[in-house]
Amino acid sequence: MKRIYVKEEWCLGCHLCEYNCAFANSGMTDMVKALRGKTIYPRIQVEQDENGVTYAVSCRHCKDPICVKSCIAGALSKKDGVIEIDHSKCVGCLTCVLVCPYGAVVEDGSGVAQKCELCMKNTCGSPACVKGCPNGAIVYEDRGDAE
Amino acid sequence: MIPLEGQVRIPSGCAVSAMISRDGRRMNGERIIESMVPMHDRSNGLGGGFAAYGIYPEYKDFYALHIFFNNRSAQAECMALLKEYFEIVQDEHIKVRKMPQITDEPIIRRVFVSPMQSVLRHLQIDEKELVVRVVNRINAEPVGSYVFSCGKNMGAFKAVGFPEDVGRYYRLEEYEAYCWTAHGRYPTNTPGWWGGAHPFCLLDYSIVHNGEISSYDANRRFIEMYGYKCTLQTDTEVITYIADYLLRRQGLTLDEAAAVIAAPFWSTIEGKSDADKEKYTYLRTVFPSLLVTGPFSIILGFDGGLMALNDRLKLRSMVVGEQDDMVYIASEEAAIRVMAPDIQNIWSPAGGEPVIVRVKEGAF
Amino acid sequence: MNFYPEFEVVRNDSRCIRCRVCERQCANEVHWYDEDGKIMLSDESKCVNCQRCVTLCPTRALKIVKSDCRLRENANYSDQTIKEIYRQAETGGVLLSSMGNPNPLPVYWDKILINASQVTNPPIDPLREPMETRVFLGKKPDHITRNEDGSLDTKLAPQLSLSMPVMFSAMSYGSISYNAHASLARAASALGIYYNTGEGGLHEDFYKYGKNTIVQVASGRFGVHKDYLEAGAAIEIKMGQGAKPGIGGHLPGTKAVGDVSKTRMIPEGSDAISPAPHHDIYSIEDLRQLVYSLKEATEYRLPVIVKVAAVHNIAAIASGIARSGADIIAIDGFRGGTGAAPTRIRDNVGIPIELALAAVDKRLRDEGIRNNVSIICGGSVRSAADVVKAIALGADACYIATAACLAMGCHLCRSCHTGKCNWGIATQRPDLVKRLNPDIGSQRLINLMDAWRHEIKELMGGMGINSIEALRGNRLMLRGVGLTEKELEILGISHAGE
Repeated sequence: MKRIYVKEEWCLGCHLCEYNCAFANSGMTDMVKALRGKTIYPRIQVEQDENGVTYAVSCRHCKDPICVKSCIAGALSKKDGVIEIDHSKCVGCLTCVLVCPYGAVVEDGSGVAQKCELCMKNTCGSPACVKGCPNGAIVYEDRGDAE
Repeated sequence: MIPLEGQVRIPSGCAVSAMISRDGRRMNGERIIESMVPMHDRSNGLGGGFAAYGIYPEYKDFYALHIFFNNRSAQAECMALLKEYFEIVQDEHIKVRKMPQITDEPIIRRVFVSPMQSVLRHLQIDEKELVVRVVNRINAEPVGSYVFSCGKNMGAFKAVGFPEDVGRYYRLEEYEAYCWTAHGRYPTNTPGWWGGAHPFCLLDYSIVHNGEISSYDANRRFIEMYGYKCTLQTDTEVITYIADYLLRRQGLTLDEAAAVIAAPFWSTIEGKSDADKEKYTYLRTVFPSLLVTGPFSIILGFDGGLMALNDRLKLRSMVVGEQDDMVYIASEEAAIRVMAPDIQNIWSPAGGEPVIVRVKEGAF
Repeated sequence: MNFYPEFEVVRNDSRCIRCRVCERQCANEVHWYDEDGKIMLSDESKCVNCQRCVTLCPTRALKIVKSDCRLRENANYSDQTIKEIYRQAETGGVLLSSMGNPNPLPVYWDKILINASQVTNPPIDPLREPMETRVFLGKKPDHITRNEDGSLDTKLAPQLSLSMPVMFSAMSYGSISYNAHASLARAASALGIYYNTGEGGLHEDFYKYGKNTIVQVASGRFGVHKDYLEAGAAIEIKMGQGAKPGIGGHLPGTKAVGDVSKTRMIPEGSDAISPAPHHDIYSIEDLRQLVYSLKEATEYRLPVIVKVAAVHNIAAIASGIARSGADIIAIDGFRGGTGAAPTRIRDNVGIPIELALAAVDKRLRDEGIRNNVSIICGGSVRSAADVVKAIALGADACYIATAACLAMGCHLCRSCHTGKCNWGIATQRPDLVKRLNPDIGSQRLINLMDAWRHEIKELMGGMGINSIEALRGNRLMLRGVGLTEKELEILGISHAGE
C-alpha cells in the first residue's frame, strides 16, 4: 500500500507541509481564511535534531498499531491499511498520543486526538504535504508492506 | 523586373520519364517524347528537356559540349576560351525544327572537344576535372554562354516550352540512344530560361528531377566548398554536383551515394546487420550535409545506366516498369503505358530505395 | 553611502498567515518575525530579488517590486551608473556581476524569422513521420578510403553522438553545487547528450556519468589529471568565455571548501585563480601542441574541443583552431553567463554569438575546412527557436547553461558571486545546496530538453526538413527583419520579403 515517506536528505525545514496539512483538513477553500491569525494543529510535524537535520513526522500506519490497541473508546481502527480515527467516538483521553512511538498522533486543539489519514477524508485527493513539498522530501509511494 | 534564373531561387514541380535498354539497343526519341504527352499538366510550358545516351558513337572519344550563346560575340569569346584548353574536333549547329511554340531561341551549338595533353600536364589534373573546371568557369561568368551538356557519347536537349514540343523542336526522332530521360518543368516564379530547363548535366551525369528540396542551402553551401558553383540556384543543379562529388570525386558506388542522398533513417539503420549498420552510420556521419530532404524523385543518367531515387519519405510519385530488356521510369504510370502499352510488371519503389539499371557490359 | 534599496518587499498582510516560510528560506535574511507585534518584518536592503520567498509563500502574500525611488532622471547618467560610481568611490574595487550581459544590446535571434513550406513543398508532420535530431560532432574525413575487399573503411576520428543538438555548457563544481552537477550529469546521461565539468575537476561520484561528460582543461588546470581526462567522452580546452573574454576565472576561497577543494586539487579555503591566458599557449602553434598533448594522453580516443569567446577577429581565430588539430570549436557569445565576472568586462567585451557564428561558418566554408571541425554555439541560446536559427546559420550543436540553470530553479537574480544562491545552484552552503534535489533538477532538465526537441521537430517539419543535418547551414530557411544590409550580409541571410 502507498504510504508517506520522508527523505530527510531533502527536507529544508520550511514547515510548508504543516500549513498545507492544516489547510487541507480545515474544510475550507481558502488558505488565508483557514489559517490566518490561528494556531495551527497539523497532523505532520517538522522535527529538528541537534545537528540541525530536519524531517517531517506523520503517521506511519503501522502493521501492528499500538494506538489502535490502546484506544479505550474504539475511536481508532485500521481499514485497508489506513489507521483512521472516528472523532465522534474519541473521549480525549489521549492515551494514543502517549503510546505512539513516533509522536505521530497529536491533540487537535479542541481536546480530542487527530492523526494523518493520508488526506483520504478531505477533498485533497492525495496527501497535501506531499503535493506541496517544494523539494520532494515527502513522497507518497508503495514500497511493499514492510513496516 | 522579374529576376532571372540564378538571381533568385526558384522552386518548381515537374514530370520525369526515362527508358533504358539493358541490352544497349538504341532507340530513337519518338517514344520518350510521346511519354511526356499524358503528363502535360505537370509542366507549365516553362521548360522541357531530354538526355540521350549513346547518340554519338562516331565521336565517342570526345566531349560533346552543347552550348547556348546569347549572341555572336559571346560565342566568339567562349570559343576562344575553349581553344585555350581543348582541341576543337567539330563545331556545328544543333539541328532544330522551327515551330511557333518555341520562341526566343539562343544560338545552339554542338562542339566536340578533346582536352589538350599539354594543359593536363601543366595543371596536373585529369581530363574530367579539366572539363568540369572550364564548364564551371564559362557558366559562372555572365558572358552570355552556357554549356548545358558536356559528356561523352551523350547529350542534353532542352528549351523553354512544353517537353513534347521541345522534343520535336530538337528532332529527337533522328537520334538513337540506349537510354533516354525526359523532363517537363513547372517553375513557380520565373519567366523561364533555356539553361534552367532540365536535364542538368555535368560530364556524363544528367539529372532530371521532380520536387523541391528543403535542404537546398545546406547542400549548396557544402558542395560549394569543393569548387562547384551553384549559379542557377536550382535543386537539379545542386543534386547534379552532389552526384558528381560522391560518385566521381569520392568514388562511392551508386548504392552508397543513394545512402547519402536519401539516407536511411537511424531507426532503419538500427535494424540492419552489423556490417550494414557500420556502413550506413559511417556514410551519414561523414556526409551529413549531402542528405537531401523534401520531396524529390530524380533520375540520374550516366554512361552505361541510370539510377532512379525517391526522397526517403516518398513525397513524390515515381513508378518503375520492366518489360524484356527495357526498364521504364516515370512520374506517372500513364507515361509508362504510352511507352509500353502491354507492360505487366509495374511497381512503385519505396522512398530512399534506389533503382539502378545498368546496360550489359560491352553492349554500348 | 546609503541608498534606498533597489527592491521593495510588498507584503499583503491580509493574506499573510505567519507561516514564516519566507524567513526560513531567505539566505539573505530579509524577512523575520516580530513576536511582540506578531507581524512579519523585512530588511529590503538585503533583497536580491531571487523570488524564493515569493515562490514558496503559500498564500501569495508576497511580491518583490522594483523600487521607484530614483535619483534625478538623466538619460546619460542612469541610476545604475551613478550608484556604481558611488560604490567604487567607497570601496576602490572592481565591480562584480553574475550571469549574462543584461543590457539592451541587439538580440539577433529575435530579428531572424524561420521559413515554412507552402504548396510547392509539403510540411512534414513530426507526429506521423520520422524526424531526426541526431548529430555527430567531430572531424569528418575529406576522402573516404576502402579496405582491400572494396568495402568502406569505416574508421573515423572520434565523434560525439548527440540525440539532439543541445548540450549543457561548462559550469564548474565550485561555481555551482554538487546537486546542480548531479542534476546535469543525470539529465545528460538520460537524454543522450553531454554536460561539461567546467574548470573544477570531476567529483569522484560523477565518474560513472563519464560517457556523457565533457571534461574541461582551462588555464588554471584545476582538477586535471590523467584519470580525469580519461573519464570523459571529450576534452574541452577553454581559451575563453563569452561573459569575460580575455580574463581568467576566480573562485573565492569561501567556495573552495570540502569536496570542492579536493576535486580542484587545491588547499581548502584558497582562492582558485585561473590566469587570463594558458601560460603554455601564447600563440596558435602552442594551442596545437596542447591539443595533441591531450590527444596523446588519451590515446586519440577522445575528440578535443577548443572553446573561445566571440571576439572581433573570431573568424580568423576559428580558422586557426580548425587547423590546429581540434575536432570541435565552441564559440561563446558575449551574452553568455558566468558565476562571477568584472561588470565592465561582462557588459562591454565580445560580440554577439549570432554574428560570430555566421562569420565563422562562412570563413571555414570559404577556406574549404568546415569539415575539419564541428561548431558548437553558445552564449544565450534561450529556446528551441534559437537552436533552430543557430543550426540554420551553421552550428552543429548548441551549448546552454543559463537555460539549464533556469530549469533547475534559477530566477536570474544575478547574485551568484555572493555564494548565497537561494535555489541551491550557485552556492556551496550545505543548507542551501540541499534545496536542489537532483531527482527534481534532473527531471526538469529532461523535461526542458524533451520540450525543445518536440519544438525543434515541429519547426523542422514546417520547413519540410526531416533531419537536422539538412538544416545545418541552411540559411535560406532564415530571413531577417529590421536589420541593416551589413548585418544581413554578415548573417548571410536575406531580408524578409526578399
